[in-house]
Amino acid sequence: MLDHELINRTLSTAMSTGGEFAEVFVEDKRSSSAVFDDGRVEELTSGRDRGAGIRVVVGDTTGFAHTADLTEAGLRSAAEAAAAAARGGGGGAKTVAVSKSDVARGEPARIPPEDVAKATKVGLLTLANEAARSEGAAISQVSARYGDSRRRIIVANSDGLLAEDDQVRTLFSVSCVAAGDTGLQTGRESTGRTVGFELFDETDVEDMGRRAAQRAITKLAARPAPSGAIPVVVGPGGGGVLFHEACGHGLEADLIAKGASVFANRIGEEVASPLVTLIDDGTMAGEWGHFAIDDEGRPASHNVLIQDGVLTDYMWDHLRSRKEGRPSSGNGRRQSYQHLPMVRMTNTYITAGQDDPAEIIAGTDNGVYVAQLGGGQVNTATGDFVFGMTEAYLIENGEITEPIREGNLIGNGPEVLTRIDMLGDDFTMGSPGMCGKDGQGVPVGDGTPTLRVTSLTVGGTAA
Amino acid sequence: MTVPESTRLARRLVGRAKLGEQIEVCAGSAVRTEVRVHGGEVESLTVAESRGVGVRLVIDGREGFAHAGTFDADVVSELVAEARDNAAFAEADERVGLAEPDGVDAVDLDPGDDRIASTSVDEKLALALDLERATVGADPRVRNVRTAVYADTRAESAIVSSLGIDGWDRGASCSLSTSALVNDPDGSTRTGGAVDAAGAPQDLDIEKVARLAVERGVQLIGAGPATTGRPVVVLEPRFAATVLGIVAGMLSGERVVKGRTPFANRVGEQVAASALSLADDPIDPDSLSASSFDGEGIACRRVPLITDGELNGFLHDSRSARGLGTATTGSALRGIRGTPSPGHRSLSVAPGDGDLEGFLSSINDGLLVASLQGLHSGVNAVSGDLSVGVEGIVIRDGERAEPIREGTLAGAIPRILLDIVAVGADLERLPGGSLMSTLVLEGLTLGGGSAA
Repeated sequence: MLDHELINRTLSTAMSTGGEFAEVFVEDKRSSSAVFDDGRVEELTSGRDRGAGIRVVVGDTTGFAHTADLTEAGLRSAAEAAAAAARGGGGGAKTVAVSKSDVARGEPARIPPEDVAKATKVGLLTLANEAARSEGAAISQVSARYGDSRRRIIVANSDGLLAEDDQVRTLFSVSCVAAGDTGLQTGRESTGRTVGFELFDETDVEDMGRRAAQRAITKLAARPAPSGAIPVVVGPGGGGVLFHEACGHGLEADLIAKGASVFANRIGEEVASPLVTLIDDGTMAGEWGHFAIDDEGRPASHNVLIQDGVLTDYMWDHLRSRKEGRPSSGNGRRQSYQHLPMVRMTNTYITAGQDDPAEIIAGTDNGVYVAQLGGGQVNTATGDFVFGMTEAYLIENGEITEPIREGNLIGNGPEVLTRIDMLGDDFTMGSPGMCGKDGQGVPVGDGTPTLRVTSLTVGGTAA
Repeated sequence: MTVPESTRLARRLVGRAKLGEQIEVCAGSAVRTEVRVHGGEVESLTVAESRGVGVRLVIDGREGFAHAGTFDADVVSELVAEARDNAAFAEADERVGLAEPDGVDAVDLDPGDDRIASTSVDEKLALALDLERATVGADPRVRNVRTAVYADTRAESAIVSSLGIDGWDRGASCSLSTSALVNDPDGSTRTGGAVDAAGAPQDLDIEKVARLAVERGVQLIGAGPATTGRPVVVLEPRFAATVLGIVAGMLSGERVVKGRTPFANRVGEQVAASALSLADDPIDPDSLSASSFDGEGIACRRVPLITDGELNGFLHDSRSARGLGTATTGSALRGIRGTPSPGHRSLSVAPGDGDLEGFLSSINDGLLVASLQGLHSGVNAVSGDLSVGVEGIVIRDGERAEPIREGTLAGAIPRILLDIVAVGADLERLPGGSLMSTLVLEGLTLGGGSAA
């Protein structure tokens, strides 16, 4: 996208007013999507975004500017703006020479999205719709969405780093509405991986359509969810959102440094049930939160955050790790070249336990079984977090019985982590997620086996 | 007056339409400044301009779209062909098409002054630094501030179509926000946040933002688990805006056409308590969300949604209007990266009687909401189910009693509207533009870790 000499000159301009660190992040992203809704292929969309974000660090201050103009003049003016914003004290000019990083690029997509005919992509939508509607007359509406993106990035900085990545992601989702005497209900199914169109070698979109439809139909008979504190069993794959909110965000080094996390100053302490080992791992090829390098040019890595209940480390980006004199953990990410990087999760998961999932349910007298979770949210400073249940059932006398209506569950991260008393041997990665922080969204993955929390507050309407 | 670059670009691309094609181009730019402050230092300063173009092309009832985040000729020149190619793969529908001018004149809104542009970066840095200092200084129990932020945006955009639409609009606003971390004697932390927005930095109220953020955190000191029950729920205007925003989202004409709202086929029916009258008023000049044109270039106008509890109608863009055999209400919302769909810009409730303190004094068993959490995961606009995390102050015998946290509030939105007990006369203009007053609700379930 840009030649090395131009990158060097841009970094030199960025450092010309005495910056301590400068970085150029170049991005060229193409995306396409196709939407089926209300009985027909409704719309195809193509997008192109390319530009560069330049940051300059002086002391604790980061100056940032971005531009869609990748000419020499455009980059120079952005570099000058970033340098001015960092309020460099006018120190000596520094010439920057980047060298090619030895970081291996990620595995290229086997079938790049641009090599696939639009008609083929659209065909998947129609298949999913037909399969969903075949589940019964109660299905009153179906929408299906196909999306792909190819994001090529270059990161170069004043430490001499130069690294590139080529990230291809493909996403497919089906949403259904079922109508009955009890009103309208919804069911959704989604899959997304950091791969090309080969996603559909392993993904049966008709099966996704059927499952989304069944979910909506099942919920037509749903009872009001209970309200108040009760035992909660979360099915395999689903619990990732719980950990993402209960402690994932709270282990991000930028929030730790600001004293805005309940997990600050707790390294080495037992913060969770001894059953819990929590990993954040950007290296998991194909997973939704995977990449070869993060958006600061650091290689993705496998980071153990909690080992057997003991807090072992936080997640780090360049700025925070530089301050602490330690390496970045490869968690510096940004939504696009128009955003500053910050500490973000990648693929966050709990390793498998030893319990038989059937016994976890059988051993629960009364509670709630959450089969599918929606999003969540956390206040890292208080530790209070919520997550939504989009498919859930009552557990009565050790058996899964009736479906219940949607709702949020609320808990306090440090308390909930200690209340995990059973962990299944059925580890699964969950659905693709889009994690939001300070207005930026990045793709993240998560995974868990079946697990039980002895008490969580369920936000239903039943007394 | 010179023709803006975005208008020239949009007109040029519209000129590429072939016979039988409708084409609409939205082009715009934005200049943004953002200052983030922490610990008395500027953490980051962002100064940037962004641009974008979106091209919607319709041929024989098929629609295709393409967008790019640049005005660069090499990229923009591909957009029309790409949108045309995309249209070929969509399936035809008679409702598909661009908006036709409807003869309603756009309200000429005051474009505001140029004080955002003329205020120096140093002054903007000072605003954020002063805000952090004021937040920390407002109460000894404030430990620090997560982040204090000053942000401003000046945006302009043009929308031009082959059906005769040709509009240009601009707007500017700035905001200050802060989040206080408050020490609770029990060793835990309480948080409170506040935001102010204005058309110019000089009109932002640092002291008010700091004071509100700290009050909101301090009032939660000592908060314990909620007790499950059905208290009377009191929503300050900012939370009334949240709940009524969800309601307005369910009154989108597109949802009606596609059967995704419980309010379809209910026009003329009593859907809310008679105390509630709600409109979308995007041409209220006092709203920072005011706009002359909607996302299809149609004049924005006031749209009554609920009057004395009765459902008046829905928010429409041209497509949803065609689907229901009615006319657009000028309610198309869009970004440059996507096609329009109908929605609200600036909600406005009609004032009722009473105010927050008066309501509280008459409640025996109630909850004054202090924060809501998990709105994106806890609201299903199709089924109408609502379930959110809540912090609040218990109201007992007309007085503020103990604070609670880690609770949930749940109910069905159609039921919640009917169970509105009172709408206050205490109208407040919120930073997002809406005009709201205190709302009192019955029938919601409070869930908590403490047994009743």
